[in-house]
Amino acid sequence: MLAKIHVTLKDGVLDTQGKAVHHALNDLGYQEVKGVNLGKYVEVQLDGLSPAEAEERVREMCQNLLANPVIESYRFTLDSQE
Amino acid sequence: MPLPPSPPVNIENIESLGLTLGEFERIQDLLGRNPNWTELAIFSVMWSEHCSYKSSKILLKTLPTEGPRVVQGPGENAGVVDIGDGMVAVFKIESHNHPSFIEPFQGAATGVGGILRDIFTMGARPIALLNSLRFGDPDEPHTRYLLKGVVSGISSYGNCVGVPNVGGEINFDFCYDNNNLVNVFCLGVAQKDRIFLGKASGIGNSVLYVGSKTGRDGIKGASMASASFESSTEEMRPTVQVGDPFTEKLLIEACLEAMQHDWVVGIQDMGAAGLTSSSFEMADRSGTGIELDLSKVPMRETGMTPFEILLSESQERMLFVIENGREDEAKKIFDKWDLDAVVIGKVTDTGIMRMTMEGEEVVNLPIDTVVESAPQLVRPTKKPSYLDAVDNLNVKLIPELERGDGILKLLLKSVNIADKSWAYKQYDHMVGINTLVLPGSDAAVIRVKESQKALAISVDGNSRYCHLNPFRGAQIAVAECFRNIACSGGVPIGLTNCLNFGNPEKPEIMWQFEQAVAGIGNVCNYFNVPIVSGNVSLYNETKGKSIYPTPIVAAVGLLEDQTKHCTQWFKNPGDRIGLLGLTLEEIGGTEYLESYLDLCQGSVPALDIQYERKIQELCIDLIQEDIALSAHDCADGGLAVALAEACFTGPGESLGATINLYASIRNDALLFGESQSRIVISYSPDKKDIIEEKAKNAGLDFSDLGTVGGTDLTVNLNDKEFIKEKISTLEEVWREPLQRYGG
Amino acid sequence: MKCGIVVFPGSNCDRDSFHILKEILGLETEWIWHKENSLKKFDLVVLPGGFSYGDYLRPGAISKFSPIMKSIIKYAENGGKLLGICNGFQILVECGLLPGVLMRNISHAFICDTVPVRLENDQTPFTSSSSKGTVLKLPIAHADGRYFADEDTIKELNDNDQIVLRYCDSSGTVSDENNPNGSVTNIAGIVNKAKTVCGMMPHPERQADPLWPNIDGQVIFKSLIQST
Repeated sequence: MLAKIHVTLKDGVLDTQGKAVHHALNDLGYQEVKGVNLGKYVEVQLDGLSPAEAEERVREMCQNLLANPVIESYRFTLDSQE
Repeated sequence: MPLPPSPPVNIENIESLGLTLGEFERIQDLLGRNPNWTELAIFSVMWSEHCSYKSSKILLKTLPTEGPRVVQGPGENAGVVDIGDGMVAVFKIESHNHPSFIEPFQGAATGVGGILRDIFTMGARPIALLNSLRFGDPDEPHTRYLLKGVVSGISSYGNCVGVPNVGGEINFDFCYDNNNLVNVFCLGVAQKDRIFLGKASGIGNSVLYVGSKTGRDGIKGASMASASFESSTEEMRPTVQVGDPFTEKLLIEACLEAMQHDWVVGIQDMGAAGLTSSSFEMADRSGTGIELDLSKVPMRETGMTPFEILLSESQERMLFVIENGREDEAKKIFDKWDLDAVVIGKVTDTGIMRMTMEGEEVVNLPIDTVVESAPQLVRPTKKPSYLDAVDNLNVKLIPELERGDGILKLLLKSVNIADKSWAYKQYDHMVGINTLVLPGSDAAVIRVKESQKALAISVDGNSRYCHLNPFRGAQIAVAECFRNIACSGGVPIGLTNCLNFGNPEKPEIMWQFEQAVAGIGNVCNYFNVPIVSGNVSLYNETKGKSIYPTPIVAAVGLLEDQTKHCTQWFKNPGDRIGLLGLTLEEIGGTEYLESYLDLCQGSVPALDIQYERKIQELCIDLIQEDIALSAHDCADGGLAVALAEACFTGPGESLGATINLYASIRNDALLFGESQSRIVISYSPDKKDIIEEKAKNAGLDFSDLGTVGGTDLTVNLNDKEFIKEKISTLEEVWREPLQRYGG
Repeated sequence: MKCGIVVFPGSNCDRDSFHILKEILGLETEWIWHKENSLKKFDLVVLPGGFSYGDYLRPGAISKFSPIMKSIIKYAENGGKLLGICNGFQILVECGLLPGVLMRNISHAFICDTVPVRLENDQTPFTSSSSKGTVLKLPIAHADGRYFADEDTIKELNDNDQIVLRYCDSSGTVSDENNPNGSVTNIAGIVNKAKTVCGMMPHPERQADPLWPNIDGQVIFKSLIQST
């Protein structure tokens, strides 16, 4: 099973990298860009778990390590295909 | 699993590996048989310009490499110079030009990684990094992309491994459009009796692979070669090597810990040409043979062929030879640091490199044939025709200046003279708490913790001078490098060089190379400073356009007393300002001509080596005697720029200066000319007489020029105001350009 | 006074702290390897600067799971004095011994510089040898030093007098112009409520060897000696 995890900054936390990319895109002529959020994408390969167990374990991983709950939020999907 | 079939050894494939037909015939003759594909690949990398120095070796042999302090000269991973108290300085400079153009961040980062490994491989703890960077026109967006990428790559790698990056130089010129240069220097210190070499001695000893796993990165020849025989859908392999400074940091600590033990026989970095060059060179130095089982090499990817394993340039890997029976002790240390350590072979007495993969013999080559029989070329040379045109500068057509303020500001904001703190503030230049003189002075000064000594280091090069006159330009690069060290209170004891040139197959380029090597050798000989390591980077050309000849030199100077170091900025209001040396009527090749009139022309400033050496000795003496309170090399931009920099580059409040000059030479030459062998010093007023006396005794020129103080830089020329500007304005002008280009 | 310096894989200011504590201040000082499971008796434990675990994922995020950290957290909870410098500060906020978080500098770039910081609280074991309002010139060297916490946390830090250092100008004025990394209210260093755990981005160990004219960093170590 493959967990696909997105970690992004919580709303209201200044995303300096997103801001910089936003500026750069505007500079390149993409005036339609009104906001950019930059985050991390993590893939975790899992073995021998039921979907329910996997969800529980991945949530733990996010809270303990992959995201910093002070400033980051996370969401993930579980993909049964290898 | 059987090995996949190798491509045939035919002319097309031989050339795809970068070998000439002549070289192939030489290989056939030497072996008395046809090499197989993997063996041929070994020859192609070992006989490449990069590994064999085939175009340059004959000329490099003319350089002075010996001296009483030399513990290890060229030919090892780095040079080693005795600094007394049982300690040695270990240093080298190396280029990473091409990789930094393809991918500036990773290219520069892996350059730093490579030079660090060259140093700690010798048993030395790296204590300082410097870099010399060249970029094209800074107004081009692509140049700024390269600049930002290179600086952040250096910053990222050096900061993470915790070796301070204490300065260097950044220059811009059109000639580096599409061919930027990244030269990195590293200095380490070690106990003299704990130096390790790249040896594979002791029959039966184990060959130990340590560090990151081997992937397919950096297999340049392979990607080209494979395209011709593999299916067309096969992706081109990524040739970019990715640096992992975290693993490097673990390698440093683990290797230095292992090298506390006498069972370490030899060690070498798997750098360019990876496992191939490290194993062959180690065996060659010891006159032994090696047997390797390539299946045991830790691999990051599946299905790697012997060819790929041997040519991979995956980073952060080391090859050790350790005493037979000590494998577990070694592994214990690397385990502690979470590093792979695998015995992949043993030392034999055969003089043969025998490699197997999955039990099948894939390589069986006499080591000396591969390492020692690379062709050494005597390439033809020819003086380039452009030299006659550029040498011809009619100074009479250039009117003298009404005032100097405007030109001074123009020069201060020239990107080559302007403040470089945008770059070095991204480098951790203090980690290790040894940096006595931070970046921003003539040379960095690094204390040697285990002693009362310090080492001054500087890296220099002036490609405009070298374009106009490669011999003199190279001479001046060395002289200025030594002068920077003298201004910091150090006596130069060793030099390393990185020779960046165009295509050596062109006789004009080879002539430049020959001239530059002669220039470097000439000054080093006169100063009795040995060249203990170096690197040559050729083929720096794009679309047939070559870079200016760019020999970069880095020197190490010794300060017996670490408290007696000096910096370039004025210290106290009321101090006097003086000039050691003499200003001649020279404006050829100057930054002034380039910035003001867009001219790269004329005769390069003269250099009297005897005078230069005496000036430097006097400067060092004045610093050791606590007479000179500041000392600043008068270089790019001339006297006016040197004075301005001495006013505002210090860490405290800026200080002004009032200068009175009396002279009959052209006013632009006086203030902005780049006559050599000049140093601006400051001193307490009561020391003027003793300086005069010392200068007179040495047969040198010294002029007392003015006073430190106030908020302006005022220069009166023959009692008439020539420059008057607020220091704060000058500083602002000087600080701005790189912030803008880098921001 | 017995000091311990934790060595994580990737720590690179460990030797610097060791040099100051042992060679310059003459204190009994030992290394603590991150794989150890128990902690000896110490009067001060230092989490040094560097790039533990390469700063991969987030600075300090992986180090908090090092075997030694359980004992260190217990040591801190029992009132042991713990100083986190730079990466050490990042580890302290990651493992929750100090509130808030250290984010990427507002400029995105790594900054190495010597900057003035104002001492905000002289009633802690880390600062008691100096006095409130004193301006120290200390080096910073980080890419992730922008202190951030929500308003409630900042209020709590202020109410409990937990802020020990703020970036300022050379006369001690705290303003946006003198905020090198964009930290909330220029925060450069804080302590826990009990004032026994301190984290700071500046490197006092880099300005504590008398071979340099500036030894402002000694304030921190001398305070610790006095309070032991």
